[in-house]
This record gives sequence, C-alpha cells and structure tokens, in this order.
Amino acid sequence: MEIQKLKELKRYATIIRKDIIDQVYSAAAGHPGGSLSCADIVSVLYFKEMRIDPKRPHWEDRDRFVLSKGHCSPALYGALAERGFIPKEDLLKFRQASSYLEGHPSMKLIPGVDMSTGSLGQGISAAVGMALAGKLDGKDYRVYSILGDGEIEEGQVWEALMCAAHYKLDNLTVFLDHNGLQIDGKITDVLSPEPVKDKFEAFGLKVIVVNGHEHQQIVEAIDEAKKTKGKPVMIVAETVKGKGVSFMENEAGWHGTAPNKEQRDKAIAELDDLLAKLEVE
Amino acid sequence: MVKKIATRDAYGNALVEFGSDNKIVVMDADLSKSTKTELFKKQYPERFLNMGIAEANMMTAAAGMASCNKIVFASTFAMFASGRAYEQVRNSICYPALNVKIGATHAGITVGEDGASHQTIEDIALMRVLPNMTVISPADAVETRAAVKTAIETDGPFYIRLGRLAVPVINDENDYKFELGKGVLVSEGADVTIVCTGYMVSQTIEAGKLLEKEGIKPRIINIHTIKPIDKDILIKAAKETGAILTVEEHSIIGGLGSAVSEVIVENCPVPVKRVGINDKFGKSGKPDELLVMYGLTPENIAIKAKELLESKKNK
Ligand SMILES: Cc1ncc(C[n+]2csc(CCOP(=O)(O)OP(=O)(O)O)c2C)c(N)n1
Ligand SMILES: [Mg+2]
Repeated sequence: MEIQKLKELKRYATIIRKDIIDQVYSAAAGHPGGSLSCADIVSVLYFKEMRIDPKRPHWEDRDRFVLSKGHCSPALYGALAERGFIPKEDLLKFRQASSYLEGHPSMKLIPGVDMSTGSLGQGISAAVGMALAGKLDGKDYRVYSILGDGEIEEGQVWEALMCAAHYKLDNLTVFLDHNGLQIDGKITDVLSPEPVKDKFEAFGLKVIVVNGHEHQQIVEAIDEAKKTKGKPVMIVAETVKGKGVSFMENEAGWHGTAPNKEQRDKAIAELDDLLAKLEVE
Repeated sequence: MVKKIATRDAYGNALVEFGSDNKIVVMDADLSKSTKTELFKKQYPERFLNMGIAEANMMTAAAGMASCNKIVFASTFAMFASGRAYEQVRNSICYPALNVKIGATHAGITVGEDGASHQTIEDIALMRVLPNMTVISPADAVETRAAVKTAIETDGPFYIRLGRLAVPVINDENDYKFELGKGVLVSEGADVTIVCTGYMVSQTIEAGKLLEKEGIKPRIINIHTIKPIDKDILIKAAKETGAILTVEEHSIIGGLGSAVSEVIVENCPVPVKRVGINDKFGKSGKPDELLVMYGLTPENIAIKAKELLESKKNK
C-alpha cells in the first residue's frame, strides 16, 4: 500500500473517532469504548476495501457489512457520513427522537446499513446468510462483519461460524474486535471465551491475528482473506478499547458512558493533535 | 369418507409446486423429513439448505439471505421456530421487515406422543404481537397450499402454523379462493357465532352438525389469517348473533380468542367465550385422546356453544 493511502486511512480513522465522540456527546448516550476500538478496521473497510457506492446503497453487487456488535453504531455512522451515505450534520442528532440515526443500526431507516443489529450474536448469522446468498447466485460480492469479544459468549455466534465453515463461505471475512473488555469488566473475568484463536480454528475458520490499529496489517490480512479458498476467515484484531482517547483507553467504564463537555473537549483536542501530526508526517 | 391430509404435507407439496422461482430458498433445522421440506430438497437440491439443529442461526441467516433479495422459507417445529428463536424472529426478521416465511409445523397438542416439550400452544400469541408479522393458521391442505402461494407473492415476514396430524380436507381445491386477512364464512346461522382456526375448523363444522340436530343454527367463521384479523366479519357477526365462541388448538391466552376479544370489546361488545388450552401444558398421548382430554372435540364445542346461547337468552 502506498504511503499516501496509509496516511489517508489513518486520517479517516481519526476523523471517525472524532465523529464517535461528538455523536455520543450530543446524544449524551451511546458506546464510545467499543466504537473507538473498531474505528481502524471500519476505516479500512469503508475507505479501501469495500465495493460500495453511496449513490446506490441497495446496489445488488455491493460488498456487505454487518456490524454484529451493533452498539458500536457511532463508528459505522461516522464512516457512512464520511463516505457520503448520510449528511455529516445528521450525526449530531444521533439517538434523538427526531432522527433516523437509531441507537443501534437500522437497515430500514439508514442508507448504507446492510443489516439491523443490536442484539448481540445475531449480526454474524445475518452475514452468513448474505454470504450464502452470494454463493447461490454466483455473485462475487464479499461480506464483512465485526464481532465483539464479549459478544462471542453468545452461543449463536458459534452456530453461525459452524454454518459458515460447513458451507465453505470464503466470501465471508469476520473481524473479532479483541479489546479484552465487556460491560462488567475483563472478558476473562466475566466468562472467558479464550483461547479464541484455537476455538475459531477448531470451528473450521482460517485465523489471522493482527494489530487492529495498524492499517497496513489489516489491509494485508484482508488481502490474504480474499485469496483464501474454501474457508471463511476470522481476523482476530488485537485492539485497545477506547483507542485514541487517553483517558478512555482500557477502561471498562467507558463502554457505554457519554463524556461531559470538558471530557468531550479534551478528547477532541487529543484527536485534533493526532490529525495535525498526520499532516506533517 | 372425507380425505385427510396433514397441513405439513400440503406445505411440502406447495413448496415444490410454487418453488420454481430461483429467488426461493428453503431452510430446515434437521427436521426436513417431518416438516416435509424434504420434498423441496428432492426437487431443488441447490436451493435447499440444512442449517442443522441451530434455529437461532437459521432464522437470522434467513433474514440475511432475504436482505439479498431471496424469499426464504425457514422451517422447523413451531415450538422452536416461535420459542427458541423468538428474539431472532423479532429483531432480525420482523424489525427490518424481511422476506422470511416461517413454515412452522407440529403446532398444538395434536403433535401427540412427543408430549408437552414439543407441543407449542403459545406460538400464535408470540407471533401476532410482533409488528410487521403476518400470521396464518390454515384449516386444511387446500388452505395451506393457498397460504404458501400468497406468502410467496406477498412481501414481508409470515408465520404459517401447520400441523402434524392428518386432518379433513374441508375446502374444494377447484373453487377455493384465499384472501389474505379475510375470514371465511363457513355457515350462515344467526343463533351464535363460532370463530375457529386451523384444525379446529373441521372440528367446529362437526360441532355445527350436532347443534343443528338440536335446532340451533350457528354461524361458523374460519379465521385463517390471525393477523391482520378480519374485523368486519367479526363485528358483523357480533351484531347479528350477539355472542361469540372462539375455538383454537392453542392457549386461550393470547391466541385467536384474545385477538377476537380485542376486536369485539373495542367495536361491539357482546359475550365472548373461549375454547382452547386452559393455561396448561400438553402431554403425551394419541392426538384423539388428547383432543378429548383438552376439550377440543365437536361435542365439547357444541356444549360450550349451547352454554353461551343460554347465557345470552338469560340476559
Ligand atoms: C443479546 C444481548 N445481550 C446483552 C446486550 C447488552 N450489551 C450491549 S454491549 C455489551 C457488551 C459487549 O461487549 P463486547 O462484545 O466485548 O463489545 P465491545 O467491547 O467491542 O464494546 C452488552 C452485554 C446486548 N446488546 N445484546
Ligand atoms: Mg470487548
């Protein structure tokens, strides 16, 4: 990947992080932690990998994206706004009664949302269904999904993965946002799903482990996924919950808490600093 | 002798008959021999997907396929379709109003020997409360065939409630017209109305014969579409007959009896009595024995209709 593209991805990830903070701040509700941890994956998907067209959100041959961890809608909405699916100013109406930007993604209301999610464990099955449809129709679109590492405590996730492997869905690429935290604390304290890599492999997936904040690694993993035949691919992305905002990083408390004005300003200032640094790099 | 066919058999046959469109996909959860989707599998193996004993995944994957312009029939026992996968049906199928048709077989106590764990008597209640869901409970093989055709032709989620037991074919295939959301006037009496659904339609027709022997002319209405329900036919019946008995192979809580009561109470209050499962679980046994134990026989329906008629007269 050219330096220029890499820089662009970093810039978009940072802008999406700012969008996340502003949405959650203006709604005084929402989930900053997990949204920030998947912002780099989302930026690679929306600004490099996915074959999508903001003018045709229902284009039959588009790549699909299912945010299985639907509470991280601010990351998705940020990407949709920056990519031109929805007006950027609408982000500030996130979660408001007058807005279409529901707390959790709604495919009926929001252009560019391919599946309604929010109930953990279901999105991955919908992604499997889309991949099955693609195979049946002989289409070449690809399906992407992001799972939370607490989310995989849901039994349905494993039903879905069993199914994906059984039907050899090599058009399906799943990310695990492996940030180690869920609401009540560390995933290993709440109900450990570890060792995740071994489990995914045992379920018949090809597993690639990356640093989920390194765009280069994410891109390379997707390239490898595209070359993989006969198996779905799981990209285990090692991430930091709250990534990019110093006081939110690795704090379970920032899972579903909105920042106050002071915290919002501090977070935006940090992200603006990062943007300025990217400019001079 | 009347011909008897299980509605699940009619369902399997209808999937084959109307299933030539490439958009149609049939899923099952390791019950294709029982739900009769195996008939579709034989005809169109490439469009049949066995999703294994994983109903939650099946329902949501069906939604995902439907989002890609497929018409997906997802089949398993009604117990698991409506119960095990309830929240998947709600959040992944109904909320986005996706084109998934749930072919739910083995509903009610006439499942028989398998007993309570497999006899759902709550599914109508659970499914009709969901926004965007259409709920159909066909009376016989002819109505089932028509329901499947209509489900294919109509966009959006459907729940089609089917039975295991071979039941009388009461409609004539050649002149039967199925109208979604319209009740069927089975007989035109005016003494009392009996509203019924599913297999209980044929039981009620038998009850009607018993009543007529005693000089009572019931109006019998078959409600095959539980949702959206035909308000007009019910209000008219309430006005013209002054009392309504509901009969269903389902709990008296939340099912047809409740749906009818809601319409009547809001529009034209008259006495309503409900025949169904009285807030109990089912049990093992031969379907015919269970029907007697749970009061779902023509004799009991006739008794309840007469009681209602008496209370109406005494008012
Ligand atoms: C089925 C279901 N149960 C519970 C919740 C409530 N909930 C929302 S987010 C969350 C924790 C998710 O943790 P994780 O998957 O690790 O997400 P992340 O750390 O990426 O935010 C829970 C329990 C839900 N949305 N769905
Ligand atoms: Mg987590």
